[in-house]
Amino acid sequence: MTITTPRAPRTEAASARATSAPPRGSSRRADTRYALTVLCFLVPSAVPMLAFTVYPMFGAMWASLHEWNLISPMTWVGIDNYVHLIQDRDTQDAFAHTFYYIGGYLPLVYVGGLALAIALNTRLKGRNLLRGIYFLPVVTSWIAVALVWRWLLNPSSGIVNQVLAQIGIEGPGWYTDPAWAMPSIILASAWKDLGFVMIILLAGLQAIPQDLYEAATVDGAGWWRRLFSVTLPMLTPSTFFVIVISLINGFQVFDQVYAMTGGGPAGASQVVVQQVYDLTFRYGAAGEASALSWMLFVLVLAVTVIQIRGQKRWVNYA
Amino acid sequence: MTRKIIGGLATLAALSLTLSACAGAGASPEGSADGITISYSNFISNGGNEDNLDAIVAAFEDENPGITVDVTTLPYADYFTALQTDLAGGTEADVFDIEYANFAGYAENGVIAPLDDADTTALDASLAEAYQSDGTQYAMPSSFSNVVLYYNKDLFDAAGIDYPTADWTWADEQAAAEALTDEASGVFGDYQPISYNEYYKTVAQAGGEFLNEDGTEVAFNSPEGIAGAEWLVNKNGSTMPTVEQGAGTPDFDSGLFLDGKLAMWHTGIWMFGALAEAPFAWDIAVEPGDVQKASALFSNALAVSANSDEKEAAESFAEFLSTSSAAAEVRLNAGWELPPISDESVLATYLGKGAPESRQAVFDSLDAVALAPSIGDNQAEMQDIVTEALSEAAAGRMSVEEALASAEEQINALLK
Repeated sequence: MTITTPRAPRTEAASARATSAPPRGSSRRADTRYALTVLCFLVPSAVPMLAFTVYPMFGAMWASLHEWNLISPMTWVGIDNYVHLIQDRDTQDAFAHTFYYIGGYLPLVYVGGLALAIALNTRLKGRNLLRGIYFLPVVTSWIAVALVWRWLLNPSSGIVNQVLAQIGIEGPGWYTDPAWAMPSIILASAWKDLGFVMIILLAGLQAIPQDLYEAATVDGAGWWRRLFSVTLPMLTPSTFFVIVISLINGFQVFDQVYAMTGGGPAGASQVVVQQVYDLTFRYGAAGEASALSWMLFVLVLAVTVIQIRGQKRWVNYA
Repeated sequence: MTRKIIGGLATLAALSLTLSACAGAGASPEGSADGITISYSNFISNGGNEDNLDAIVAAFEDENPGITVDVTTLPYADYFTALQTDLAGGTEADVFDIEYANFAGYAENGVIAPLDDADTTALDASLAEAYQSDGTQYAMPSSFSNVVLYYNKDLFDAAGIDYPTADWTWADEQAAAEALTDEASGVFGDYQPISYNEYYKTVAQAGGEFLNEDGTEVAFNSPEGIAGAEWLVNKNGSTMPTVEQGAGTPDFDSGLFLDGKLAMWHTGIWMFGALAEAPFAWDIAVEPGDVQKASALFSNALAVSANSDEKEAAESFAEFLSTSSAAAEVRLNAGWELPPISDESVLATYLGKGAPESRQAVFDSLDAVALAPSIGDNQAEMQDIVTEALSEAAAGRMSVEEALASAEEQINALLK
């Protein structure tokens, strides 16, 4: 579901790039050979990318300018679909719910993933097993995860509400209550993606030189001081990567919504991609759905570009 | 620079040649020397009738040597998403299932072929006509079905309550449901989905109309429409399980009934097969009405793709599945949905084919049918609006009056 993949935290990529540059000033033949070699390596990924991403994207752009129900011929309507969507209450709600999702999901998954990464970066017994266990949900199908969470959060017979009842709290209606549907989805999503964030941050943690901590300790820094003055600043490249990827995935949230609530109840968890799905397959408005996809794409692109531009201010590539 | 580009293009061309060569070898064309293969994509056999469909297909292949039918079965919930995607991409099967509710859309959009040679004489005339457009047959009905009141005889016996009869009204059903509901043992008296498909019928049972006469405006925001909605909504949480208790999730209602925890259940006759193994006695009755009876009638049909290369074979297969006595016999023996045929002596054999005992109720229900409102392109959106409004009322977040007024406003906007 990822549209753009920002580069991974820099390790040795930059230096590798410098040494493998084409030999300057050599013959044209060598140039051609080099170009062909590069092309050979690019073709396996470029062909599917052109066929299954770029071509459909422009197909969707074309469709977005038409009224189309998937099965009838397209009727040209110009930018009417965009104009209608911008004024449409349901679209505004879908964007608002998507922002709500991101606002809840991102802090939760980052703080949770960071805590796990720090915990599993110690000399804990069985840490490799634990790392594996925490990563397991990441590679599990959303349909299975959604079913399990629906079962856990079942308002009348779910474990969560039963445990809450034990300590005297009356559990909410979770995914059956409009006020709790989005928090339910956020909770399940954060749980599922925790392992992904953990792995990235763990790699970042292990790249921090141990002598920085030793120096800090000598200077009298306690655990919290070291966290805020050494760990977090040194972790900013990994943090940047996690935030960019999670934001893109957040804007494109769909599987868990589709499987857990279908956008309900009463549209309380209707997000943009679910709206695209409903417009296409339930309401016969594939043209409008294509327009909405493009609006989402432009938004994601803008947010990502702003992040990449803004990274100089806070990301610390030591 | 130019040379680089040419080199690149050459590589690409070589690659695409290889790819197309592969594709050409892989997809061997239909209709090779030893016969024709047609594809059939269906949802009607999903969930227990796969073997029955296989039997009908085998009978067709026996009768038509040289034609092979390649069957793909999808669950109903995913079927129409897949079909629309296939139609958009031009990869649809030669023959595919549709249902009455969306027939008009497919016929209007020209994606299904007119079936000029199909013989409809064996069919029930009104069912055959349902799939005509301007006098042309565009699809062949494969079945019809309706919704009846199922009940668990053992629970009725234990509570000492008389079984439902064709004379029952809502009040009788409500009284029995209250007496049968037993929170302590987790038994519910009644279950009827709170949704559009039930609602247009309960409006009719209360003597009201869903749409006005010329279909230009909503007519359900009336005393009868409110009565119909209250009948559904007020059962929620008293005699009927709520959404929080699991209502509305797949297989919830059938599971509850099979567990012996549900006394009365409004559902379609397509459940007969699934209930064959129920460890208790059960039967059916015509659905109770309010001021009048009104039952839902559903029908599925077979369409032939307008792009099919084997239209003739496809049409004969559609005709076989629709009208042949072999197909009718399999359907009747299996207690599957009813064959769309007019021969009452054949249909009558259905009555003696095992549980439930009162199969006559299936035919009696046809005496008073609530026709589903049909508004064309915005059908699905209209249905969603009604279901959502009723769910809001059932959850207590809106009054019935507010919910219907809101649904009226939204649907009238669609009808403009």
